[in-house]
Amino acid sequence: MSLDQNDIAKLARLARIHITDDAVVDLQQRLGDILKMVDTMQAVDTQNIEPMANPYDAVQRLRADVVSEADQREAFQSIAPNTEDGLYLVPKVID
Amino acid sequence: MPSYTVAEILRGLESGEFSSEELTQHYLDAIAARDGAINSFITVTPELALEQARRADALRAKGEAGALNGLPIAHKDIFCTEGVRTSCASKMLDNFVAPYNATVVEKLAASGVVCLGKTNLDEFAMGSSNETSYYGPVRNPWNNECVPGGSSGGSAAAVAAGLAPAATGTDTGGSIRQPAALCGLTGLKPSYGRVSRYGMIAFASSLDQGGPMTRTAEDAAILLQAMAGFDLRDSTSMDIPVPNYSATLGDSLQGKKIGIPKEYFSAGLDANIADAIHAALDEYKKLGAEIVEISLPRTELAVPCYYVLAPAEASTNLSRYDGVRYGYRCEDPKDLDDLYTRTREEGFGEEVKRRILVGTYALSAGFYDAYYRKAQQIRRLIRNDFVEAFKQVDLIAGPTTPNPAFKLGEKVSDPVTMYLEDIYTIAVNLAGLPAISIPAGFTGGKPIGLQLIGRDFDEAGLLNAAHQYQQVSDWHSQLAPGAAEGGQ
Repeated sequence: MSLDQNDIAKLARLARIHITDDAVVDLQQRLGDILKMVDTMQAVDTQNIEPMANPYDAVQRLRADVVSEADQREAFQSIAPNTEDGLYLVPKVID
Repeated sequence: MPSYTVAEILRGLESGEFSSEELTQHYLDAIAARDGAINSFITVTPELALEQARRADALRAKGEAGALNGLPIAHKDIFCTEGVRTSCASKMLDNFVAPYNATVVEKLAASGVVCLGKTNLDEFAMGSSNETSYYGPVRNPWNNECVPGGSSGGSAAAVAAGLAPAATGTDTGGSIRQPAALCGLTGLKPSYGRVSRYGMIAFASSLDQGGPMTRTAEDAAILLQAMAGFDLRDSTSMDIPVPNYSATLGDSLQGKKIGIPKEYFSAGLDANIADAIHAALDEYKKLGAEIVEISLPRTELAVPCYYVLAPAEASTNLSRYDGVRYGYRCEDPKDLDDLYTRTREEGFGEEVKRRILVGTYALSAGFYDAYYRKAQQIRRLIRNDFVEAFKQVDLIAGPTTPNPAFKLGEKVSDPVTMYLEDIYTIAVNLAGLPAISIPAGFTGGKPIGLQLIGRDFDEAGLLNAAHQYQQVSDWHSQLAPGAAEGGQ
């Protein structure tokens, strides 16, 4: 599988990573190499094989729907880039 | 003192040969004097360490010493440490002071451990050479022109250089075992779910597992005892009793069957490493074990499978770094989109960005079935190979790495070549199994690692087999050049 410049632009958009024009060619090459290596999987017959997400096929544990954590908003917001009145500040989204 | 093992240190502390404060100061002095040359620490925490050491000494005086009371160790800078910068070797988290402790940190602290500092790693644990760190590469104490391996390269180098008697590490595709092999240490990756992932910065959540990096198997048993156990705060933690790992170290290996996968000795394996592994297996025969050839037919699929699953999980996990709640934020964002995309462009290094993009590709509409689902199916086939093998044998043995430590810069420009260095370790993470790397010789002055792979949750069996080999070999007690300097 090789990637063209549009593919890289689309991936960058999906991943929310800005990529400079200079970096695109190198990424095409590197990601192409990785996908070529990965593509050796395609030759394997996996019909009727159940996909494995957890080595023991364990499923998510559930707990009672009760409050189990203390409020630590101030501690957590003290390390945020920008907050005000308990809210995280970001650039204006709506004009 | 620098050559002391954890077991020797605990005896020395108990007998009063030295106090924790003296010991801690010794290691802090060693770090100050010698870490400049190897760069194994990102953050050293002298004040915290001495405060914890004094508290440990006071507890001992009162007869309230915990199991590891006063033992100084280093934490890989992927474990959250409350009040201490936890960077994951990324510019993204350069300013991140963790507001809470990882369970591993909490449990070790509760046993009395002293934290010397936080060790260097590949950025977000993505690498096999420690060259992707934002804080610069780590050098191998055995040969300063070579890498220490990765991603837990700082932990490995610190212990090998005598700057800490033990360190924590994490292993997603070999990140404890490969640097342990390249630095001449014992490194244990426990079974998936054995050690809590809570507070361990996530890379690939279905593969990540924390474990100890030490000089000996006996030390690894002592550390694992304090780290292992069920944790409600990790949704994939397994509620399985933790045995006494030290109690079975002395058990005989008589009659144990050790499987040798023929695929692990094929083309690409360094000839001297192959010889060293065969020599180690001969020792196992003398210890009473039976060596049986086995096959793990999907060995070559492990790297391709991993390089879909791990980047896919990483792309999801690392979506949290958005410049809003914590960590790096770009200067003067024009709008929200600019905030996200430029923060992530500037905050992540090249390898991390590559993996996020590969993972994004594997999860994107139209490619999900061909990549992500396909890799999950192959993951099951790989695990099935191990399940079959363990019907015939008790343990599986082989080399940890195909090559010894390589030179800085040698492989960093070619990601695929670097990825293939992990061919023997990656399948173990996919299968969720425990495995240990132990020193088994040298080639050209560089350490060689023997990997032992165990059944699900049989860390005790691995530690026993590793310890028995260390009773009849002395590779693990060799010190890297300079590691014994500054002793008292």
